Amino acid sequence: MAKPAAPLIEVVDLEKDYPTGAGVFQALRGVSLSIAEGEFVAIMGASGSGKSTFMNLLGCLDRPTRGSYHLDGQDVSRLSSDQLAALRNREIGFVFQGFNLLPKLTALDNVALPLMYAGMGREARRRQAQAMLERVGLGERSHHTPLQLSGGQQQRVAIARALATRPRIIFADEPTGNLDSETSRQVMGFFSQLNREEGITLVLVTHEADIAAYARRRIRFQDGRVIEDVAQAELAA
Amino acid sequence: MIFTSLLETAWHALTTHRMRSFLTMLGMVIGVAAVILMLAIGQGAQVMVRGAIESMGSNLFIIMSGAVSSGGARVATGDAPSLTFDDADAIRELPDIVASAPVSPGGAQLIYGGVNWNTSVYGTTPDYAVVRNWSMASGSFFSDADVRRGARVAVIGAVVARELFGDEDPVGKIIRIKQAPFEVIGVLASKGQSLDGRDQDDTVLVPISSAQQKIFSNTLRNRARFIMVQAVSEKRMAAAETAINDLLRSRHRIGVGQDDDFTVRNLTALAETAASTTRIMSLLLGAIAAISLVVGGIGIMNIMLVSVTERTREIGIRMAIGARRRDVLWQFLIEALTLSLIGCGIGLLLGIGGAWLVGRLAGLPVAVTAASVLLAVGVSFLIGVFFGFYPARRAAGLDPIDALRSQ
Repeated sequence: MAKPAAPLIEVVDLEKDYPTGAGVFQALRGVSLSIAEGEFVAIMGASGSGKSTFMNLLGCLDRPTRGSYHLDGQDVSRLSSDQLAALRNREIGFVFQGFNLLPKLTALDNVALPLMYAGMGREARRRQAQAMLERVGLGERSHHTPLQLSGGQQQRVAIARALATRPRIIFADEPTGNLDSETSRQVMGFFSQLNREEGITLVLVTHEADIAAYARRRIRFQDGRVIEDVAQAELAA
Repeated sequence: MIFTSLLETAWHALTTHRMRSFLTMLGMVIGVAAVILMLAIGQGAQVMVRGAIESMGSNLFIIMSGAVSSGGARVATGDAPSLTFDDADAIRELPDIVASAPVSPGGAQLIYGGVNWNTSVYGTTPDYAVVRNWSMASGSFFSDADVRRGARVAVIGAVVARELFGDEDPVGKIIRIKQAPFEVIGVLASKGQSLDGRDQDDTVLVPISSAQQKIFSNTLRNRARFIMVQAVSEKRMAAAETAINDLLRSRHRIGVGQDDDFTVRNLTALAETAASTTRIMSLLLGAIAAISLVVGGIGIMNIMLVSVTERTREIGIRMAIGARRRDVLWQFLIEALTLSLIGCGIGLLLGIGGAWLVGRLAGLPVAVTAASVLLAVGVSFLIGVFFGFYPARRAAGLDPIDALRSQ
């Protein structure tokens, strides 16, 4: 397997502390790794292992206490919160376990929301949002609100929203946690297809081995450190 | 993010919580309506006072017989007036004086045909029309010659004309004033109420000589109860007052240290006092109304704070997908502004409608001015910004991860 020259994500000695009543809790204790463009990575670990903290840092929702994070060669720790917001908007899509759709907005308006923050005009963003909904097979449901959709449909709306600004990376945090196994398979199949056909980099946080099996690389966290980082080809062998 | 998207987002948020938006706006509605109504009533009162002052005549002095000492009025009712017709003529010759009219007032019964009417009768000179800035509705005022020969002619006010003559033309008719026959030669233009609430049109003016001889049977000829004087301008009033005092003291041979036997009063200054009282009342009304506007603003802040807390997760989601802090700030600020400005609009309609109703039903003079409308809109805008900013900044300051985790 040929490795691309410049990694899309590169973290070195990443640490994150949280102040608690009893002192400082070290959620991450020095993580160094890189992820190349087009990879499909599963991040695993028990709760409290630091995988969610790591995900928030990679997703530019949070800043590391120590260490460096370069996204596409750019030092993220130097960016202002507005620059981080713009980066999230342009380069990153999020898919959450609880879908996190705005309940009062229609599917179409939910998908169009990131485009609004990208500064796109109303008509253009509605067109693009409609196209994204059709891609996830919900073209007919664009005027339903989340409460009128099933869990699987809601997650597809969330995926359409994550794809709306055509980002290079999608972070999915337990995306199938609230779905039944059949729907989970559909969602994971769709992720695999996105990764294979469009080269979108996928970082998936999960604790389920069968979900992690869709990824081609597996990183396991324990006590704030990486304890395993293997390509799925090796696993299979 | 573009401005229309902000408006769209705000509008969507407000329309999904209609009842809450309405109740929040209610404070602004009532505040703005109160401001508009109170200012309208205050302005109306000012317009009325200004009208009364104008009808009184401008740059006026009234010189009364007898002194008012620091201990109060000292003149006994039986005393003869100290002012003479000659005093009035001498005052007219002073440099800053336009006109000077001696007045001998009294009450009398008027009879025309089978109708009678009790009114106030003023014996005076043609200068009185100048001083009071009084024009004629019909006929003419009496002349200096009429005064010299004691002519039995009368000029009547609009109320007297209506009560005695009805639809008839009074000019040329003979009326009896205390039995003495007088020919009506003119009807005064209507002036309405004076500052002290008297009807200025309920009056009869006759030559002062005729009044003293035929009506009041006055034994003290050539004496006036008071003299009304008009100065050339407001600026010269102080100088004119000094000149009048000096002149009368020397004419009445009052030595140094002796009390005056007359009192000069600046009526224009009194009127200004009345006007400023009304202005203060109007300001007070406006200030009380403004307090309710501020209370309305606090209501908006209160609801916006609740809304920010309730929508923490929404804010987190928006931030995760790329909303910058200022996008969130603007979102909530525009929501607060939209609330306050819509509330202001409804309040304006209610206030103007209410002012119209008060004007019609209570018969109070009201005046909704462009300035008061602009003031209400401006203050509402400021209140929206001021009370919207704190909750908006709170929303914008949320940490995206904490916000996403909430609920």
